[in-house]
Amino acid sequence: MSNYEDIKAIIATDCGSTTTKAILIEKKGEWYRLIVRGEAPTTVEAPFEDVTRGVLNAITEVEELSDKKILEGEKFVKPYKDKNNGVDIFISTSSAGGGLQMMVAGVVKSMTTESAARAALGAGAIVMDSIASNDGRHMHEKIERIRTLRPDMILLSGGIDGGTISHVAELAEVISAADPKPRFGSTFKLPIIFAGNNQARDIVKENLSNKTDLFIVDNLRPILERENLKPARDKIHDLFMEHVMAQAPGYKKLMGWTDVPIMPTPGAVGLLIEKIAHKEDIEVLGVDIGGATTDIFSVFQGLFNRTVSANLGMSYSISNVMASSGINNIMRWMSFKMDEKDVRNRIKNKMIRPTTIPQTIEDLQLEQAIAREALRLALEQHKDMAVSLKGVQQERTISDTFSQSQSGSTLVNMKTLSMIVGSGGALSHAPRRVQAALMLIDAFLPEGVTMLTVDSIFMMPQLGVLSKVHEKAAADVFDKDCLIRLGTCIAPIGNAKKMGMPCVSISYNDIKRDIRFGEMALLPLKEREKAEVIINPAKGFDVGEGSGKEVVKIIEGGVVGLVIDARGRRPFILPEDDKLRIDKLAEWNTELNVYPKI
Amino acid sequence: MAHAFTPGLKVSRKAVIYKERRLPLKGEVVCKVGDRVKAGDIVAKTQIPGDVETLNIAGRLGVSPEDVKEFLKFNIGDKIKKEETIAMTNGIFGYFKTIIKSPITGTIENISEITGQMILRYPPKPIQVDAYVDGEVSEIIENEGVIIRTQGTFVQGIFGIGGEVRGEMKIAAKSNDAIITVDDITPDCSGKILVAGSFINENILKEAVTVGVKGIVVGGIDDRDLKSFLGYDIGVAITGSEKKGITVVVTEGFGKMNMAERTYNTLKEKEGQIASINGATQIRAGVLRPEVIIPDFNLKNEELKSVDSSSGIQIGNIVRIIRAPYFGLIGKVTNLPPELLKIETEANVRVLEVELKSGEKVILPRANIELIEG
Repeated sequence: MSNYEDIKAIIATDCGSTTTKAILIEKKGEWYRLIVRGEAPTTVEAPFEDVTRGVLNAITEVEELSDKKILEGEKFVKPYKDKNNGVDIFISTSSAGGGLQMMVAGVVKSMTTESAARAALGAGAIVMDSIASNDGRHMHEKIERIRTLRPDMILLSGGIDGGTISHVAELAEVISAADPKPRFGSTFKLPIIFAGNNQARDIVKENLSNKTDLFIVDNLRPILERENLKPARDKIHDLFMEHVMAQAPGYKKLMGWTDVPIMPTPGAVGLLIEKIAHKEDIEVLGVDIGGATTDIFSVFQGLFNRTVSANLGMSYSISNVMASSGINNIMRWMSFKMDEKDVRNRIKNKMIRPTTIPQTIEDLQLEQAIAREALRLALEQHKDMAVSLKGVQQERTISDTFSQSQSGSTLVNMKTLSMIVGSGGALSHAPRRVQAALMLIDAFLPEGVTMLTVDSIFMMPQLGVLSKVHEKAAADVFDKDCLIRLGTCIAPIGNAKKMGMPCVSISYNDIKRDIRFGEMALLPLKEREKAEVIINPAKGFDVGEGSGKEVVKIIEGGVVGLVIDARGRRPFILPEDDKLRIDKLAEWNTELNVYPKI
Repeated sequence: MAHAFTPGLKVSRKAVIYKERRLPLKGEVVCKVGDRVKAGDIVAKTQIPGDVETLNIAGRLGVSPEDVKEFLKFNIGDKIKKEETIAMTNGIFGYFKTIIKSPITGTIENISEITGQMILRYPPKPIQVDAYVDGEVSEIIENEGVIIRTQGTFVQGIFGIGGEVRGEMKIAAKSNDAIITVDDITPDCSGKILVAGSFINENILKEAVTVGVKGIVVGGIDDRDLKSFLGYDIGVAITGSEKKGITVVVTEGFGKMNMAERTYNTLKEKEGQIASINGATQIRAGVLRPEVIIPDFNLKNEELKSVDSSSGIQIGNIVRIIRAPYFGLIGKVTNLPPELLKIETEANVRVLEVELKSGEKVILPRANIELIEG
């Protein structure tokens, strides 16, 4: 179909590392609406080892649930004929097969190398390692590292235009000596993108053009004060489609089926988060917690940033969450005692059988405890990487340039943050929406007043790629069927000397409630309902206007309601005593009605 | 879901198994289609480039990078021995010469006029790939390796550590639910592959390494013991390269887990025969499960079954439950209701009914079982 404007039915899939999700969207009157959703395990595993089987299975489920014929064998019924027959387009995103794994290299660690890492992350890659001339490693150590890691591609930067050649040459020599081999397929050469000093192109060619598949694009840091990440990002994306995806099992076939190029899942989700922030003119933090990785997207001060925490996820990487956070940090969220040996075995069993789901409340609580830690660690990594340069032509002053590596922590500001968008199985599929709200609060510790939302059934990736084809269809479905407003969280910043001291008073409509330090409260305020809320923090607590200062704000409700978190911030501390901690968790769970009683 | 499937672990006495034996780099295949090979026979070989050493010649001679070549005693591509003089300055009136000697025996790979660095490479390392199992070469992957066809017993595990090993099968546990002790690891276990019932701990692993046991096939192991034995926590399930002196194939999962009776009985029948086992596991991006292969060339063609076939779940299938609260139990599928059902967690999921050995019927999410496939 050449004219996408007139489309009536869309089938879209997202091939995650664990599950392949398909959604059917149709035009109903003047609006596009989600009709049904189907899912099936991703078939990267034996016996299929072909991603298209999972896609067909997920679409078959959509066919059964919608009573619509979409497939004729392995062919799509196109175009749309009537409500029981045919679709106009098929689109897909993918993060299966481990995503895109890259190494980056640059001259100065905090400058060109960091810019290169941002370009790679922005393109949807996992950065396995960053090599810099001044990273303190010996040349042979760098060579060994490149050889061992076997990335999908390398982004080489370094030097502003007309700047150092010798350092760039040394990096090219390192890569050449490593003679790197790609992760997939032994028959093709490793793609390398050079986006550094334009005067060093010949020397880079001399070193790398024979041994690797070398591509040269514009310098990603042409002058010190400016980044130009787009050419490098675009090239990464092209090469990802041509080289990496084409090597993963079944992808050549899938690429032949889709009407527009397959987008990497994080790229598609990022696109949507950016649209929300710009449309509403607010600061937004988005998260997509997957089976293998957790992506964080943010828009602060109008600047978009994305990071991916490779190996922090809820299935394949679940054991790595435990290894990274420590088992005690996971167990601190459990409102009952559990034997450490048992917790360890349960986590490892999920790792080796990643598609299983919790059947008991005990198991559900454990998975949600792990999700909190995965989210917390992912946000820590995001804070380190999110710095103030936006990809294209963003100016910064010389003084900013020198403090670049520190600037990341200043961008992510939980106090000015307006909205958190949660996505990914652990959040979208939490049996009770309040569980998703509490996971987001515990992991991210929002401050002041923050709206909490989730992607209803995890379809942001598909809507992201759809927004490139048909903006209105994506916007309609996003607004009406995708984004669920959980409610607003009010969390005063500060701490009292002991539990039970006054913390904050809330009043709106006929409701007035005093909440004490160490408590949580859930107050009624429905979805799409708004109220003028008077928030009076006690002395020593701040909800945005300063210590003890009243805030009056129009606040929107949600399916959960208004959550008051008076457990303290900066720092937030769970009681160290085991019994007290368990009692408090049970108290908060009861107040918010988090889990069913058995 | 018409195409619903749950990949199960294969347990078969009469399997046809194809094993790809591929070099990490291109090289030479040393056999041809139809050749009968023994497990230890080399089927392909190559050389991988040696490691590199770098020498900052310009810096050490105190000259600029573009002048380095004037002082070199060798050219790019030349072979060089350790302690041979690579570069030397003229000194003053023949005295005070700066001499740089080669730190390795190898080849001069590059000399940069931009950085003044020399890259030396150690000699290539030979790499050989063996057949791993007794069988027949069924296909040649040009310059890369072969595919070996074999037949016999094939048992897939769920998780393992350690690489490929071969040894005689010895049944160390009296039954599938028995737990062996350190005393069961006797000197005659040396060089053998033990079948160990439902559980092993760190002490058994250590004793097995001391005695020289090649591998252990067992139902379950505690993560804590595994971490302690390895010295680190496994973060992502990519294993096989552990160098702990033993290969372990876990058939059921973490914790004390009775080995599936069928698995135990299949292995028991093969006591005394030579098995090839591999603990390598990779759950993400192209799954790899640990395995036990015991070739049997007395099986007739019509008896054999390909291990690649897989069908959906059907009533009557024997399944293993792979999640609490019934984790590890084996049962028979008695119903496959099509509608979604609310389970204890309040999630609405597709379920199935399984009759346990005790006769009790339980409802489970379909995601929480796997077929025991033959």
